[in-house]
Amino acid sequence: MAAHQSYEDQKKLVFYGLKLLGIITIVEVVFALFAKGHIVPSITFGKDGGIGQAIYMLAMIGASLYKAYFIVFFFMHMSHEVKGLVLSVLLPMLLLVWAIIAFFQEGGRWGAAREQIKQKNQEVVQPAPSAKPTGYWLDGTMRG
Amino acid sequence: MAETSVSHAHETHEHGPDGNLWDGGKEPMKASYGKLMMWYFLVSDAFTFAGFLIAYGAIRFSMPTWPEPDFVFASFPFVKAHWPLVFVTFMTFVLIFSSVTMVRAVQEGHRENKRGVVFWMFLTILGGATFLGSQAYEWTVLIKYENVSVNRNPFGRYIADGVMVDASGKEIMENGAPVNVKKDQSYLLHGHEHDGKVELEKKYVRYTSGAYAGQTVQVEEGPKAFGALFFFITGFHGFHVFSGVAFLTIIMINAMSGLYASRKNGYEMVEKIGLYWHFVDLVWVFVFLVFYLL
Repeated sequence: MAAHQSYEDQKKLVFYGLKLLGIITIVEVVFALFAKGHIVPSITFGKDGGIGQAIYMLAMIGASLYKAYFIVFFFMHMSHEVKGLVLSVLLPMLLLVWAIIAFFQEGGRWGAAREQIKQKNQEVVQPAPSAKPTGYWLDGTMRG
Repeated sequence: MAETSVSHAHETHEHGPDGNLWDGGKEPMKASYGKLMMWYFLVSDAFTFAGFLIAYGAIRFSMPTWPEPDFVFASFPFVKAHWPLVFVTFMTFVLIFSSVTMVRAVQEGHRENKRGVVFWMFLTILGGATFLGSQAYEWTVLIKYENVSVNRNPFGRYIADGVMVDASGKEIMENGAPVNVKKDQSYLLHGHEHDGKVELEKKYVRYTSGAYAGQTVQVEEGPKAFGALFFFITGFHGFHVFSGVAFLTIIMINAMSGLYASRKNGYEMVEKIGLYWHFVDLVWVFVFLVFYLL
């Protein structure tokens, strides 16, 4: 493993990794503070909902996935393993794609159901004024 | 029949690229048994963490509001001011550094350099312990001073614009002006001790917009699941760090004693605990993402 790399090259990779992970983390945090109005108070697109927040979230997820890729492939030396090992570790992770889609959909549904119950509980039900009463009159005669 | 199968096996043996794989002595996927099993343990552990994080996402999606991370995580030791996300960035850097020192330990192991292995593993352990201490500080602030628990969450956000009032509906004046609140603005309900039990302060707001416009409403706790999810997920990660520190210590002592040098396999045990340690860092990348950045 990593036998074809010289010792100096290996050390260089380590400090490259330190710089890379450190810079991505700092950029993430500064961007988070910027997008949420901690640097310029009037800029709050990172928490306003809508397209600005969607872009902010996607950028954060992308940066985190890149950090994860770097850790697995260079710090854990996945890039030096044979293809079968790489695939047997990474392919099962694809199952998570469906888990995320399904459970987030489910979560949205829980929220909608809770909101519906809240609204129904507040609803005041009154009989429609024009409706004629049905059944027996008080004196017991059957009404047509 | 018997003859055909024998000749068939013979044929495989002759033409197989690696000779007969079933005779033993050959490592499948060119990784030792221990390393391979560490990888598959990490796969299963990844699913456990993914299950937790996806549950967090689903519950967060189901709530109309969620506590704002840069409001909740803003304390720093010895600092009274709000420093949003600064302390958790420090914790992230501690883990990154300890990951880097771990890679160095593995590299020194490949060169059979016992002193190097022990030195870099010691720094890694120090990093892990620092992270655990930082987490203890973070939890202490949340539990002791901000009264978050697995079933209580004093952090919330206003659902509409409004003005602060007292219980009778009279506007609260501060410096001669009413106190306005904005939709999505964060709040923390402070707790005070009463007969040994912590009670959260009662705050009232008269909303001027949204579905409750014109009504005086008591300010409620934020989503209750927040505390449980935060403590269970960061706690489970912290437990991984703790186990990592314990195993790193054992392996460092073994390395010091010359046990791995005598095995002459390039300190493979250090490589295996290294895989685990990087995985802990990897999980933190996602915990950091969902709890502190999004």
